[in-house]
Amino acid sequence: MKSLFFGGVHPAGRKELSAAVPLSAMALPAQAAVLLRQHIGAPCEPLVTVGDTVCVGQKIADGGGLCVPIHAPVSGVVDAIEDRPHPGGGVCPAIIIKNDFLDTPAPTMKPYSHPERSTPTELLSIIHEAGIVGMGGAAFPSDVKAKTGMRQTDTLILNACECEPYITADDVLLRTRTSDVLQGLAVLSHVLGPDRTVIAVEDNKAEAAALLREHLADFPGVELKVLPTRYPQGAEKQLIQAVAGRQVPSGGLPRDVGCAVFNVATAAAVYRAVYEGTPAIERVVTVTGEGVKQPRNLIVRTGTSFLEVIAAAGGLTDDVWKVLSGGPMMGVAQRDLSVPVTKSTNAIVCLSNAQNGEAPHPTCIRCGKCLEVCPMRLEPLYLHRYSGAGDLDALDRLHLMDCIECGCCAYACPGKLPLVESFRRGKRALKEGVK
Amino acid sequence: MNLTVSSSPHIRGKDTTQRIMLDAAIALAPALIAGIVFQGLRAGAVAVVCIASALLGEWSIGLVLRKHDTLLDGSALVTGLLLALTLPASVPYYVAAIGGLFAVVVVKGLCGGLGQNTFNPALGGRAFLMLLFPACLTRFPALGTVLSLGELSPADVVTGATPLHHMQMPALPDASLMDLFLGRAGGCIGEVSALALLAGGGYLLARRVISVRIPAAYLGTVAALALLFPKGESPVLWMAYSLLSGGVILGAVFMATDYATSPVGPAAQVVYGVGCGVLTVVFRYTGLFPEGVTYAILIMNAAAWLLDRYLVPKRYGAGKEAAR
Repeated sequence: MKSLFFGGVHPAGRKELSAAVPLSAMALPAQAAVLLRQHIGAPCEPLVTVGDTVCVGQKIADGGGLCVPIHAPVSGVVDAIEDRPHPGGGVCPAIIIKNDFLDTPAPTMKPYSHPERSTPTELLSIIHEAGIVGMGGAAFPSDVKAKTGMRQTDTLILNACECEPYITADDVLLRTRTSDVLQGLAVLSHVLGPDRTVIAVEDNKAEAAALLREHLADFPGVELKVLPTRYPQGAEKQLIQAVAGRQVPSGGLPRDVGCAVFNVATAAAVYRAVYEGTPAIERVVTVTGEGVKQPRNLIVRTGTSFLEVIAAAGGLTDDVWKVLSGGPMMGVAQRDLSVPVTKSTNAIVCLSNAQNGEAPHPTCIRCGKCLEVCPMRLEPLYLHRYSGAGDLDALDRLHLMDCIECGCCAYACPGKLPLVESFRRGKRALKEGVK
Repeated sequence: MNLTVSSSPHIRGKDTTQRIMLDAAIALAPALIAGIVFQGLRAGAVAVVCIASALLGEWSIGLVLRKHDTLLDGSALVTGLLLALTLPASVPYYVAAIGGLFAVVVVKGLCGGLGQNTFNPALGGRAFLMLLFPACLTRFPALGTVLSLGELSPADVVTGATPLHHMQMPALPDASLMDLFLGRAGGCIGEVSALALLAGGGYLLARRVISVRIPAAYLGTVAALALLFPKGESPVLWMAYSLLSGGVILGAVFMATDYATSPVGPAAQVVYGVGCGVLTVVFRYTGLFPEGVTYAILIMNAAAWLLDRYLVPKRYGAGKEAAR
């Protein structure tokens, strides 16, 4: 089958490491470090102080502007409010809760009484109050995405591609909680009122696709689209191209072309918020890779440290090379494993030395493979050159800001150039306007 | 525990520079073998001298510029091999050695090294030799003369006209099209057998080392111009002889597709190929020498970056499809 978007690569999936491991809940952590920056936008301010007793699901931080609240993932006492390392890099203030292991639910954790008869505005408010963000990794507040897409969306897409190698969190969630995901999608569909609702899944997830097909009898009007596996199909712009044949204009948003894309885990979180009253306090995390002993798919409360999650998967192997928050193509390498899981941590991928494909002396031979694989049809080799030279005019002319940092160019590069790193540097320079 | 922290992507594809260079060398092997079969072992010895001098050049420039060791990346090997294929089997060994050194040291190394040089090193080396030793490069052993290894500079080889010499007269050569296709004709070591060159080109295409754009645009342009402006009686025959004689296939498949010196954008590559084709025919029709491939490609080399600059691929979200 022909690829439906530009470029792309086809790395070894390695999903077999964890795909067959059933979903299981991880033991609760003794301490939860709840980061106050878990979404794109303004960080939250704490609503509790040290010494306060909190319940599970209690709102403990909130803010104004582009912001969703954060809830306590465990019950217990607020031990400290201090800076902690963030899996995305740098540090961030966090509310540290000492778990009393009573799991006392907050009184607000109750199912919504009449989801079927709710107005879109009521549903949006539930989604907002539950602190739901794009759980595929982008962490954009979901209520804002849904609200701004109202009356502009003719195509609603459920992103079940999970195109990053190794990760099986969405796949397992789809297979284990098929109807939850579909009901969450139905809520989003009710809010957005699209003409078409499409579930996009890649053809390496046959079992999930079959289950979806069975369940779709109960959801008339929802289409299932099985796409040929190719990275980065699950990137928003590429998925819109593959499903709707449209291209989001440079600098624009999906709603500019009448599309809205939500991830599987986000839809499941919407279901739990609306039908069970549970806010975004836990998620499925795939702990996998050649660098971890027993790959698992775990339900993890946010605030649990990577170290504990890795321990629940048998610990690291002796030849571990990198530990990533996220997948091997776009994830962030971690230095300090005390970092906590956030709402958008879909995987902890541990790579071993055998996966190290970096070269001591990266050299561009101008082979042009980077152009062939770029899903945005940019010219990575020239962007790299001008980024190194600090030529901001050239970077602007060649649309560096359109780069989605998917990593296809660097993956395909025979000279092993650190292209994405160089583009991030170039983007920073462009934003600052420094020559 | 020592965790590595570096930028995404954290996994890399299997392609390496070395593997690509190895593929190029593999693809050139049939042409070299055909050269040895039709022109004798001396053709192989010329290749050895070119490769050795290219590697010596790479090693010494690395030493002088204190660069990391690039001897084994395969690039100098391919340059030496390519240069050898553009020389007559009768070329004196020291001339071949000078060409190899000049190609790697001056045309590649001093112009920035791997991936940075403006001009194709092998063709630059050949152009340099044309300037210094024109007689050595434009006289070919007569067809059927098999040169022995010992002849250090076989100045007294029986000189035979190549098919291109005839075409400059202009007249169709004596050799049949089948002879030209297989390699039973006078010429440089690597240019005589179209079959061997096309087999190598097919390998490069199959391995996705090169795309078909540059060779197709180049050969297509030469074919079209030969059809439009034939000097022989039959335009079709003239076209066939134009493609099969001289170095145009070697140039289109192996020289014009050189990564460092050709454009990377698809549209730029097509225009580049067309430019090479036009210049080749113009030089063949009007130049002093019967062949024009070397200078056609060298001139287009200089335009490669310019073509990329102005023929930028239409990016995602910029076209009409971006509209709702």
